[in-house]
Amino acid sequence: MRAFVSLARAMFKGFLRDRTSLFFTLFFPLFFIIIFGTVFSDQGAAKQKVELVGEVPLISSLPADARAGLDEVFQLSTGDDLGAAVESVRKGDLAAAVQQQGDTIEVHYSAADQVGSATVLGVLNSFIGQANIAATGSPPKYTLSQQTVEDASLKAIQYVTPGMIGYGIAIGATFGAAMTLITWRDKKLLRRLRLAPISTASVVGSRVVVSLLVALVQLVIFIGVASLPFLGLKLTGSWWMAVPLTLAGTLAFLSIGLFVGAIAKTAEGGAALANLITLPMAFLSGAFIPLEVAPGWIQGVAKVLPMGWLVTGLKDVMVRGQGPGAALLPIAILLAFSVVVGAIATRFFKWDKA
Amino acid sequence: MADTIVVTDLVKSYESKNAVDGVTFSVADGEFFGILGPNGAGKTTTLEMIEGLREPDSGSVSLLGMSPWPRNSKLLPRIGVQLQASAFFEQLTAREQLHTFVDLYGQSMARVDELLEMVGLQDKAGTRAEKLSGGQAQRLSIACSLVNDPEVVFLDEPTAALDPQARRNLWDVLRDINDRGKTVVLTTHYMDEAESLCDRVAIMDNGKILQLGPPAVLVRGLDAPVRISVEQAVLDADSARGLPGADQVEQDGSSTIITTRTPSPVLSALAERDALDGLQVRGATLEDVFLDLTGREYRA
Ligand SMILES: Nc1ncnc2c1ncn2[C@@H]1O[C@H](COP(=O)(O)OP(=O)(O)O)[C@@H](O)[C@H]1O
Ligand SMILES: [Mg+2]
Repeated sequence: MRAFVSLARAMFKGFLRDRTSLFFTLFFPLFFIIIFGTVFSDQGAAKQKVELVGEVPLISSLPADARAGLDEVFQLSTGDDLGAAVESVRKGDLAAAVQQQGDTIEVHYSAADQVGSATVLGVLNSFIGQANIAATGSPPKYTLSQQTVEDASLKAIQYVTPGMIGYGIAIGATFGAAMTLITWRDKKLLRRLRLAPISTASVVGSRVVVSLLVALVQLVIFIGVASLPFLGLKLTGSWWMAVPLTLAGTLAFLSIGLFVGAIAKTAEGGAALANLITLPMAFLSGAFIPLEVAPGWIQGVAKVLPMGWLVTGLKDVMVRGQGPGAALLPIAILLAFSVVVGAIATRFFKWDKA
Repeated sequence: MADTIVVTDLVKSYESKNAVDGVTFSVADGEFFGILGPNGAGKTTTLEMIEGLREPDSGSVSLLGMSPWPRNSKLLPRIGVQLQASAFFEQLTAREQLHTFVDLYGQSMARVDELLEMVGLQDKAGTRAEKLSGGQAQRLSIACSLVNDPEVVFLDEPTAALDPQARRNLWDVLRDINDRGKTVVLTTHYMDEAESLCDRVAIMDNGKILQLGPPAVLVRGLDAPVRISVEQAVLDADSARGLPGADQVEQDGSSTIITTRTPSPVLSALAERDALDGLQVRGATLEDVFLDLTGREYRA
């Protein structure tokens, strides 16, 4: 037990202190989450520019949350010169100019920009309607709750996050196991350990535990960052099933890493082989591009790849609102994969270079 | 009492080549034993069969009365092995390396500081293994092989690739280990190292042991001549030829070189003539033994 803990601690420290491994397992996927999350986050229609001419109490006295709603569709500015504002509307620089005289709201719009003016008129109409109801002092009877069907799945961060978690875990586990095996063998540390009074199970077990730990750290950090307000990941009900999925996925890629480590002779060769396996797999598994928009053959291929099951499972429970049961089949397949590939890796395992 | 290591007719071949070809020797308790030979002689292969890292094709090894192959977990806590100065955990400091090995051998944490002091690495305790110099890394790897206070220590070319000063510093560490009563088996391709450290040395070439014994005995057994050189200014070649016991005299630049099998009368005659300026006496070394055994110059 002491040997096991000690080896695990040594490996974990080694991981934390190695810039390359930290970069590829943490910062690289994180970078994608942030880039894709921010670049593609603003997919809504462009805001309409509306100028308020003089005092417009209907809008300036709106409660904060209502005002925030308005700011989402309008880019509001204020001015005093109606003539100049109307001229800007004519030129298309403004979608509308709004004036209030007593209880009447006057909107100047251009018939040339039909979409813009229709949006402005529709929004203002609904505001006036709500203001009228509010003025009667009785609560509104009907409310309209809007829900787009695609809402969740269309927002980039929603599919980028599970994809990057899947990819990050895959490279973390594959490289971690492969590099430990290769460098330890290369530096004769494996043989040194073979001469220490410890069991092989301690050596393998500590590597497995460290990989699982690293994967959980990745999961927490990736979800944590993606949930920051500027990225706005919204998790659905049984997202916690991502934890067992992550663990099963780690075991699967750990076995791939052990296999790579068993057959590769040098660290460079091992890194190349690990990339050669994980990178194309990421493209074919929906980690980088959503499977929904991928050609049919890719969707088929994803069904036989461990990363495909991992990413699909993660998406189902984290963002598609599926129940916990949706993760069971992917978990079972990932575990079966680990057993088979792990057994093959054991076959090829060598203590020594020669 | 039985010998600590008994190796009998050990053979190991790779493809068609015999890396180790019928090696027999034994090492007594507390002895400092050296295996000396040029690169490719079969030293490492021999050592690894004794440690239990390789299976002999034939022959037998008894280490502390037990067989090291297959992996013998009763033996492991009693031996210490230094394989190569790079056998460290990546990114860990010297102290953390030792700490980890102390854990692996179930020893007490006090060992860490003891060992750091023993190999003189106290002020490098916080340095990562990758950043240590060659000599420091060698000392750390030797410290790692001593965590379990082993009865037998195996060192494979511990001073390879070190500068002369670092080598000599390490020799002190190795003598110290042997003085603590441990049996030490060391391989080296440095003649002077074997001569200076080992109680007995086996000279190996092409997988075979050519000669085995205490270095001084091997050299004496050669009955090789001694070369005495003095400044030509105090003794020219002609007068040198007249000295008692001078077998052969040469002129080399500003020196007169006398070759003799009986150095005592030559030296006293030189002293009488007050001709000792720039005196150098060079006796035979293990290098001459190797030359004598193989008919070729020793080149590590
Ligand atoms: N694993 C191996 N496979 C093939 N040949 C080997 C292997 N290990 C050593 N040899 C060969 O056996 C011979 C002895 O090697 P070694 O024991 O390492 O010599 P030394 O340690 O004296 O330099 C060398 O010719 C070497 O090339
Ligand atoms: Mg060697």
